[in-house]
Amino acid sequence: MTTESKSLIGAPIARKEDRRFLTGTGRYTDDLNRLHQTHAVFLRSPHAHAKIVSINTSAAAAAPGVVAVYTGADIAADKVGGIPCGWLVKNKDGSNMVEPPHPALVADVVRHVGDQVAVVIAETKAQAKAALNLIEVEYDVLPAAATVRDAVAEGAPLVWEQAPGNTCFDWHLGDLAAVEAAFAKAHKIVEIEVTNNRLIPNAMEPRAAIGEYDAAGDMLTLYTTSQNPHLIRLLLGAFVLGVPEHKLRVVAPDVGGGFGSKIFHYAEEAVVVWAARKIGRPVKWTAERSESFMSDAHGRDTVMTAKLAVDREGNFLGFRVHNTANMGAYLSTFATAVPTYLSGTLMAGVYKTPAVYVEVRAVFTHTVPVDAYRGAGRPEATYVIERIVDKAARELGMDRLEIRKKNFIRTFPYKTPVALEYDTGDYDATLAMALEKADVKNYPSRVEASKKRGKLRGIGYSTYLEACGIAPSALVGALGARAGLYEAANVRVHPTGSVSVFTGTHSHGQGHETTFAQLVAQQLGIPFDKVEVVHGDSDKIPFGMGTYGSRSLSVGGSAIVKAVDKIIAKGKKIAAHLLEAGEADIEFKDGKFVVAGTDKSKAFGEIAFAAYVPHNYPIDTVEPGLDESAFYDPKNFTYPAGTHVVEVEVDPDTGVVTVESVVAADDVGVIINPMIVDGQMHGGLAQGIGQALFEECVYDESGQLLTGSYMTYSMPRAADFPMFKVGNHVTACTHNPIGAKGVGEVGAIGVPPATINAVLDALAPLGVTDIQMPATPEKVWRAIVAAKGSKAQ
Amino acid sequence: MKEFHFHRASSVADAVAAVKGASAGKFLAGGQSLLPVLKLEMAEPSDLVSISRIKELRGVCVDGNKLLIGAVTTHAEVAASSEVKKHIPGLAALAEHIGDAQVRNRGTIGGSVAHADPAADYPAALVALGATIKTDRRAIAAEDFFTGLFETALEPDELVVAVHFPIPEKSAYAKFASHASKYALCGVMVSKTGSDVRVAVTGAGQKVFRVPEMEKALAARFEPSALDGISISADDLLSDGQASAEYRAHLVTVMAKRAVAAA
Repeated sequence: MTTESKSLIGAPIARKEDRRFLTGTGRYTDDLNRLHQTHAVFLRSPHAHAKIVSINTSAAAAAPGVVAVYTGADIAADKVGGIPCGWLVKNKDGSNMVEPPHPALVADVVRHVGDQVAVVIAETKAQAKAALNLIEVEYDVLPAAATVRDAVAEGAPLVWEQAPGNTCFDWHLGDLAAVEAAFAKAHKIVEIEVTNNRLIPNAMEPRAAIGEYDAAGDMLTLYTTSQNPHLIRLLLGAFVLGVPEHKLRVVAPDVGGGFGSKIFHYAEEAVVVWAARKIGRPVKWTAERSESFMSDAHGRDTVMTAKLAVDREGNFLGFRVHNTANMGAYLSTFATAVPTYLSGTLMAGVYKTPAVYVEVRAVFTHTVPVDAYRGAGRPEATYVIERIVDKAARELGMDRLEIRKKNFIRTFPYKTPVALEYDTGDYDATLAMALEKADVKNYPSRVEASKKRGKLRGIGYSTYLEACGIAPSALVGALGARAGLYEAANVRVHPTGSVSVFTGTHSHGQGHETTFAQLVAQQLGIPFDKVEVVHGDSDKIPFGMGTYGSRSLSVGGSAIVKAVDKIIAKGKKIAAHLLEAGEADIEFKDGKFVVAGTDKSKAFGEIAFAAYVPHNYPIDTVEPGLDESAFYDPKNFTYPAGTHVVEVEVDPDTGVVTVESVVAADDVGVIINPMIVDGQMHGGLAQGIGQALFEECVYDESGQLLTGSYMTYSMPRAADFPMFKVGNHVTACTHNPIGAKGVGEVGAIGVPPATINAVLDALAPLGVTDIQMPATPEKVWRAIVAAKGSKAQ
Repeated sequence: MKEFHFHRASSVADAVAAVKGASAGKFLAGGQSLLPVLKLEMAEPSDLVSISRIKELRGVCVDGNKLLIGAVTTHAEVAASSEVKKHIPGLAALAEHIGDAQVRNRGTIGGSVAHADPAADYPAALVALGATIKTDRRAIAAEDFFTGLFETALEPDELVVAVHFPIPEKSAYAKFASHASKYALCGVMVSKTGSDVRVAVTGAGQKVFRVPEMEKALAARFEPSALDGISISADDLLSDGQASAEYRAHLVTVMAKRAVAAA
């Protein structure tokens, strides 16, 4: 790839897509209305666990405007398949995980508040909602287990009979004997227990789906709020409805945020398509916000215990983690991969700990399914590592940065004890940049200033690493993935030289239309506005695995680069003919095909025109047209890393934590659009600090969702943050043509432990040594009171 | 949301007659509490009677040593009013921090008072300042007005038309808001007029309440340190996922001190 002369690579170009988003002219699923469309609403379980004794839908079916009412019995009668899980995880003994059924409408037992029991389809949404109230369901309410701790307790109510102890799987990774040997010779063993609070994704656009059936062509179409329309087509077609790909089109138009929650195939998508075929009319569903809280897959929700063995000098000898991870009531698409292959494999972090062993017990609970959410497994790993490293420093009386530097990996490639191979990185460089930006040398004066105001000040660090650019297909296949994780692209050059790029990734806020256009315009040496990026329609795009795991540029972008390479290669053949030169003598540079060492050249547009009007053309050896596709399968994960520094002030009277400074110095690989990268960082940092200080999904003992609205679920707001200071130090990824690593998740991965470490630093003089996320005012106040109490004794 | 009949009242008499004439009528002011309740179908009124265009219900004026605020005056209008800022700056500051900008532009003092949300800000001001609630038929002292959780002394068809605030020597409000909802988990209004000191707490209990022990201490010495060692019992306070009763009890003292410091 060329990056010479007035490069578009690294240019902070304003996002093309923002004009329509900011002027209300975006096209979201709910903006679409189909001819003769009907409206669906779902009846959801009010109970966490109950047997359905009877359902009477006759009054609802007779209500004004109602077209149809369906229940689990109708789904079963039509042999509609369950919603599948996309990743098979094996137990320690090699046996398969417990994989319970996940019916699109539940017929017998409901297993979480919000579980879908019936659907009403009517002429208007209001009519459907009115009829919904007329469905009579008799429930036999059963005891529930809503939290990880409740689910693993002796005698806990079982979510599934086939899963004793509510265990879905019991997995491990690493060399246990080596870890035990390391612990045996340790100077000190540092222990910690941490929870990763359960989060509700809260994409700005609620989920929506429209099913449509064209009887003439026997074609089904699903319009849906998805991050990966082809994956939905695969799951819906092959597993749920039994419809081949050529009879099923999935369209994901503009999507307003997902953070992972729109990766997964949901029951509502299956129901609207199935019902559209049954009634012969389009069926539309749009979630209300309260439905989003109880039906979007949630994130995180793990309880970890960890032990770090260190020698006298602070060298890490061995690290051992046990993670109990909440799966919810059913296995969502990637749920099982999150605590294992996206978290367990990250347990080395940026440290050369020679022995690492991690165990994961995944448990079912009577809650909404839990799945990938911005960071997906990597925030959980980073959190336990960066918390225990801080604790080790305090227990050894060492500086928190010195202990990190002492253990940094500095030679690459580096093979970790937990299955990954880091290709490149420079952790000292991002640490140095972060300390500079955070003005750490003047920190003591800020502590004094805070003290004068009656406040406690703390500073916290996190030197994180993550693995993204998901993922090498053969590797993930061997680990249980039921799909390949390559990406596809089609680059269509038009006769006058403009270009349409069709990508299998899907932007739901990331700015692909801009970044990918920069990439292609640079490579072809044509103006940025000559490139249009198209995504989100299985009829237009050759194939695709979608957008998640910070993969779009490093994997999807690489597929585009490969397709453009093919365009250039074909262009050289055409140019050689037109310029009467040998193909080997043709060079492509700055948008021109040049005969090397001469001033003879043809512009890219001339070659495109010749390809489509092949009058003077090597027609015997070269096909007309200029349209190429490529698939790119990554050779490895990519490994962004960096240092996040957070400064907080704690009000000791109320426990309120105020975020005073946030610094992120990251290595996300080669950057195409620094403005978009900064924006991704800002969003990720806000979400990460949201997890650390504000957000928490809470279920009560009976499985009722206590945080089912914004009255009780606390979202971070702009006013909660100072201006973030972000910076980048680039080491290029060694195994993709762009050198990109990925940026979408690093903020949410790196910053939670830096925030909590800062809170604990502020409270350290009072004797507080632990606090769990989110560090709400009351929790902080209680920690202060408890520390004072124990000091007084 | 269920269907209902909508009326736009042109006068107080018109509004009261419309609610009287309906099988289950409700007055609608800014709608910031009532509309969410309707959307959740927690209330299903047959008729909504909008009072927001009744001119006589809007505005702020001074009458001798009293500040009069019309029922449909919005929080934003109270916060920005030069009369309120001049005579009871603590009240303007309170209004400035209710909910968010959208709520303040729509929500009204009369609506807030009639709804009697235990976490609303205005009840603390009304009780601490010894305000009187004027309705279409009578005057009710603030302390008699708030009778319980979302309960007031109002008859079902009785309309709040104004709130009359005696102008204090000094007053201030200190609020500890829920991060999620911005409602008060504990809000304390203090006022002082001569030897008459009042401390009223909202958000912490079933309804707004006064703290006589604090009032007595502050009457002797109106300084934050006068409250040292005075704490209130957590026994009757609200306890929920947002804040426990113990934490709320602790916050009452902290916020009372901050209010005194600000007054």
